[in-house]
Amino acid sequence: MSERASVPKEDEESTESTDEQSPVTTGAQSVIRALENAGADYVFGVQGGAIMPVYDALYDSDITHVTMAHEQGASHAADAYGIVTGDPGICFATSGPGATNLVTGIADANMDSDPVIALTGQVPTEFVGNDAFQETDTVGITQPITKESYFAADSDTVGDNVSEAFALANAGRQGPTLVDLPKDVTQGGTEVEPKAPQTPDTYDVPEEADDAAVQEAADAVAAADRPVILAGGGVIKANASNALREFAMEYEVPVVTTMPGIGSFPEDHELSLEWAGMHGTGYANMAITNTDCLLAVGTRFDDRLTGGVDSFAPDAEVVHVDIDPAEISKNIYADYPLVGDAREVLRQLFDAMPSAPDADEWRDQCQAWKSEYPMSYDTPDDEPLKPQYVVETFSDVTPDDTIVCTGVGQHQMWASQFWEFTEPRTWVSSHGLGTMGYGVPAAIGAKLAAPDQEVVCFDGDGSFLMTVQGLSVAVREQLDITYVVLNNEAVGMVRQWQDGFYEGRRMASEYPWIPQFDKLAEAFGARGFTLESYENVEETIQEARDYDGPSVIDAHIDPGENVFPMVPSGGDNGLFALEEDHLDMI
Amino acid sequence: MPGPAPDERMRPAGRRNTQGIRVDPEAEVTHEPRQAVLSALVKHRPGVLSEVSALFSRRQFNIESLTVGPTVDEDIARMTILIEEPEPGIDQAKKQLRKLVPVISVTELEGESVRRELALVKVSGEKPDDVNAVADMYDGQAVDASTDSVTVEITGSKQKIDAAVEAFEQFDVQEIVRTGAAALERGPTTLDKDV
Repeated sequence: MSERASVPKEDEESTESTDEQSPVTTGAQSVIRALENAGADYVFGVQGGAIMPVYDALYDSDITHVTMAHEQGASHAADAYGIVTGDPGICFATSGPGATNLVTGIADANMDSDPVIALTGQVPTEFVGNDAFQETDTVGITQPITKESYFAADSDTVGDNVSEAFALANAGRQGPTLVDLPKDVTQGGTEVEPKAPQTPDTYDVPEEADDAAVQEAADAVAAADRPVILAGGGVIKANASNALREFAMEYEVPVVTTMPGIGSFPEDHELSLEWAGMHGTGYANMAITNTDCLLAVGTRFDDRLTGGVDSFAPDAEVVHVDIDPAEISKNIYADYPLVGDAREVLRQLFDAMPSAPDADEWRDQCQAWKSEYPMSYDTPDDEPLKPQYVVETFSDVTPDDTIVCTGVGQHQMWASQFWEFTEPRTWVSSHGLGTMGYGVPAAIGAKLAAPDQEVVCFDGDGSFLMTVQGLSVAVREQLDITYVVLNNEAVGMVRQWQDGFYEGRRMASEYPWIPQFDKLAEAFGARGFTLESYENVEETIQEARDYDGPSVIDAHIDPGENVFPMVPSGGDNGLFALEEDHLDMI
Repeated sequence: MPGPAPDERMRPAGRRNTQGIRVDPEAEVTHEPRQAVLSALVKHRPGVLSEVSALFSRRQFNIESLTVGPTVDEDIARMTILIEEPEPGIDQAKKQLRKLVPVISVTELEGESVRRELALVKVSGEKPDDVNAVADMYDGQAVDASTDSVTVEITGSKQKIDAAVEAFEQFDVQEIVRTGAAALERGPTTLDKDV
């Protein structure tokens, strides 16, 4: 149930207005019209003084507004909505603290190239620069973390600003944009209808890569003895998952993904080695380390993936496909740079391949690594519940298109390691920025984006507590989300690093004062469950899933459990540690 | 987790340098920093300068100077940026700069481009004739004088201005202001602003 359904609107009695739009009369109406023209259906936001004219214009619109409990949640919900639908998610906030609270979510979207448009109220133009009440330099603050931040200067053009910002968020390499809306500009009169969404004339969107370059790259892949595809988040963003699958299966090239690339290739396929990097699988990291030809698509070679660049894929010629030329040779030198849309370029490569690489031996080696470094864990009866078991059990009973959201920390790694992903846009997480607290609001955005798909959110106790107020929104909107808190009464990843690299000096990482999350859930109006042992894991999961509305499973897990495999920061991917003792060897 | 320990695993022979470039006879490149002059045409609107300067600072590109001014088209401004970086850094700087929405084009000017800088040097007024003599040597001129000080204007290449400033040091330099370089390609070449 949306807020719109609970707040009756005047024009809903006379429903003929849906097809025919009344002309705009104010800047604010032009803003909303621009969003309508762009096909917006949801806005996540929080009211406030300077944004009130825009909300007033929203009152007459068919766009559904979801009132969030905190602006940070609005930007994360919009981000998740953008990930799941592929279209820009929209968030609103007022000036000053409203805008600054959005910042974390905007930075998060920027790091992960998620399409988001943020509209912020601003004090009236004549007060700008005077340190007015709730004034902050929103454009100045957000310029470094957006594709572009616009300051709306005029009621006649404010709608065009929003149209352009929407188009820009969606175009090429997706990302966040922002339009700052002074109150006099939105309140001011105008009869100018906004232009259709269009990217700025200075913004080029590459499509196909140069044919000759594609041919050279295809020849290199075909000639390789030990080829690997590295599929990044850009594959999903470009809707290139099918093109990737066709290429990999036709030419039988093993596939490793990055973390944001999870879901681009089915993890249950024999060519899948799952994901590489700091906590990636042993077999993915072995393949990345030993490949002689890496076909990397839509990845920016983040340090959590590469470890130290000197030891990253050290024998490999690199084919790098990316829509953003600035990513080529930024971190890892590209022997074959291919600038273009991932789907187009994968199809070009498919056609240009002279033959499949002769790689039987290599594929056998990759399979051997799978048996040598299995992602397994023990479940001894005399030890507390293992988090991996909770994730795996949940994964086993849910449909393939189930969407998994997470916060950030150990729980996020266990979710990505032990859930079996087969479909794109089913993994919704905070990668580049590593934002604790992402999970609760992200699940709200994901559920509204895909009401027919099951949504589960794995969170940690520390991460959950950062944005737990979002439960009030999930309850009010009656969203059927299952939150699973893998509760180890600590910020576990920090605690793991302290034990590994700081001689066990657990400064500020243990949270023995954590509340009872099942009761907290009930206080919000959600269903609460507690898990203490292996006995009732399956039935508790079933009960929580069966409940039609938000539920929270407080799973008390082994507080000593750590995430492995692990490549220490800046380390060599091939030397991943499988247990604590290995950290001393590398 | 089960599996061979780190020292029991197969290892490839190759390696990369800190720029992520494979170190082998074909691909090995030594990257000494060099100076490059980037000329960027940008939309002439508020905030562009801060957007560009913030980019250089947050990505840790070394800039020596940055100047901005109008062009023949009043909607377009031209920025001249001197950076000193190894080759991959210069390449990155160009691409990152081009990514900014208000940036229309980025061109690296050739080594022989015309580069000029202006400096104003305020020195002690005790020996005005000697100051004038030095100013003449550098094609400069006194533009302001009082009983206590003389201000001299010098225009030219960076090297020429460096040398002039050094020469003026004998007169007790009180203040210096330099504009940073402005630069244009030699010959009929112009930047295509319709890019």
